[in-house]
Amino acid sequence: MSAVTDTMPFPREQGRSARPTVHTPPRHEDIRTEPAIVKWTVIALAALFMGLFIVLPLANVFAQAFSKGWDAYVAALVDPDALAAIRLTLFVAAVSVATNTVMGLVMAWAITKFNFAGKSLLITLVDLPFSVSPVISGLVFVLMFGAQGYFGPWLIDNGWKIIFAWPGIVLATVFVTFPFVARELIPLMQEQGSSEEEAAVTLGASGWRAFLKVTLPNVKWALLYGVLLCNARAMGEFGAVSVVSGHVRGETNTMPLHIEILYNEYQFQASFAVASLLAFLAVVTLFAKTVLEARLGSRSGRH
Amino acid sequence: MSALAAPRVGDRLWQRSAIPGFGLTMGVTILWLSLIVLIPLAGLFIKTAELSPDRIFAILTAPRTFNALKLSFGLSLVAAAVNLVFGAVIVWALVRYEFPGKRLLDALVDIPFALPTAVAGIALTNLYADNGWIGALLAPLGIQVAFTPLGILIALIFIGLPFVVRTVQPVLEDLDKDLEEAAATLGAGRWTTVRRVILPAVVPAFLTGFALAFARAVGEYGSVIFIAGNLPNVSEIAPLLIVIRLEEFRYADATTIACAMLVASFVLLFVINVLQRWSQHRTGRTG
Repeated sequence: MSAVTDTMPFPREQGRSARPTVHTPPRHEDIRTEPAIVKWTVIALAALFMGLFIVLPLANVFAQAFSKGWDAYVAALVDPDALAAIRLTLFVAAVSVATNTVMGLVMAWAITKFNFAGKSLLITLVDLPFSVSPVISGLVFVLMFGAQGYFGPWLIDNGWKIIFAWPGIVLATVFVTFPFVARELIPLMQEQGSSEEEAAVTLGASGWRAFLKVTLPNVKWALLYGVLLCNARAMGEFGAVSVVSGHVRGETNTMPLHIEILYNEYQFQASFAVASLLAFLAVVTLFAKTVLEARLGSRSGRH
Repeated sequence: MSALAAPRVGDRLWQRSAIPGFGLTMGVTILWLSLIVLIPLAGLFIKTAELSPDRIFAILTAPRTFNALKLSFGLSLVAAAVNLVFGAVIVWALVRYEFPGKRLLDALVDIPFALPTAVAGIALTNLYADNGWIGALLAPLGIQVAFTPLGILIALIFIGLPFVVRTVQPVLEDLDKDLEEAAATLGAGRWTTVRRVILPAVVPAFLTGFALAFARAVGEYGSVIFIAGNLPNVSEIAPLLIVIRLEEFRYADATTIACAMLVASFVLLFVINVLQRWSQHRTGRTG
């Protein structure tokens, strides 16, 4: 979806240049736009809907987080259980983002640099986790490694614990964030083709060197973009992690799970304080995304 | 795109290439995909296939399951429809008009993608509770949103909005304005031009966005469970019922509901792919 097509910044450029220049008759512009009253009604409706459904919930997170002042806010964050949740979330995100970045590059290379039968099927399969409910993403790993699962008894005999422990949380997070890096790289690398790498290899470079010196510089912004989105989702994943975590306070609770527990215990302010960290991460991610999109010159259509 | 011409399947399954690493990277890709995605998903289907068809039918038609599925699919449909209408308004404002704060509005559309679902869930619940910013205004009118199906609808609208906007936006941006000019020059009124020239070109993108928003809403969990009230048969969504059955160790029920939902999302995925091809064909986009 995120193809670099000939995006024409049409209304902007036209609108700006139409007024000062004389040779463009004003009537010319009129026939392709709507009366001012229609225009401002549409804008007002859009702003109202966005304000009600997007801005208010976001603002509410921060308002509630600071509702009891700065001290209460900090107290909620330095609580030992909160700190343990933050540590676990950072650890899980680091492992799953690193894994999915490496694997995303490998998969994008295999898919885009060679011609083979079944390519579009493979791309669909890489995207598959996007179509799976988070709850089901957790459930499949319980069925694999849980006490009643396919490998459960063997794992128990050998003293391994995956479900209700951090390996299960990492697995579920890797599943949920599986497509993020690959799907940002694949359209771009398809468009760039493989002629530059072919030239490098023909001139004597090894495949690895061609990847490092040619491919990687070509895709660095798309890669960073994919990593960013992957990280935001990894830190914020709730449903899948909730199913495999077991909710042990201070041990297997990630930040989203800690938020849930606090909220269900009516510790609203503390809950929103932890939530505000994730909301802040979301805002930062979006800001970086806007900057990167300007650099990439394209827009990602779907996540 | 010509570099990606389909291989002649008759001779070989892949074409020889000067670039090394096909065997290694393709091997790792298939192994990784199988380990993380395909085998776990297959395990779910195998577990469900061990049940007799009668048992599967009985689980899916049990009132509580049936009501949960009905609620999830029904409300997701309504939420996607609401997003279709307001998504159209937002896309039109963002693509066709200049106004102060436009870039900010554009960036904010992605908030539901970026905000973790649990955070969205508690924020919406707090907002629509009787003492919340919006709930306090609605309570005197006798309108209860939080802990009712209406609350679920609000959460599903929230998470679905970017899918419609971000799918339609690039298509509308790329639309050739000469056609509109031609229509206007030939005497069509503005409304006729919008309806007869622009609308047909963006309908496939709107349908794709609708299907994406719907698919996401059906499986949504985190942003819904806080505001839902979770009353069995009334405000209990299907993903929550899966979690409940799992906690009760009723694995057969959990896997059967999960399989039903997965089959529905795969059908949707197929429909979305067909729609996207149609949309590309219609607008000449090659993305």
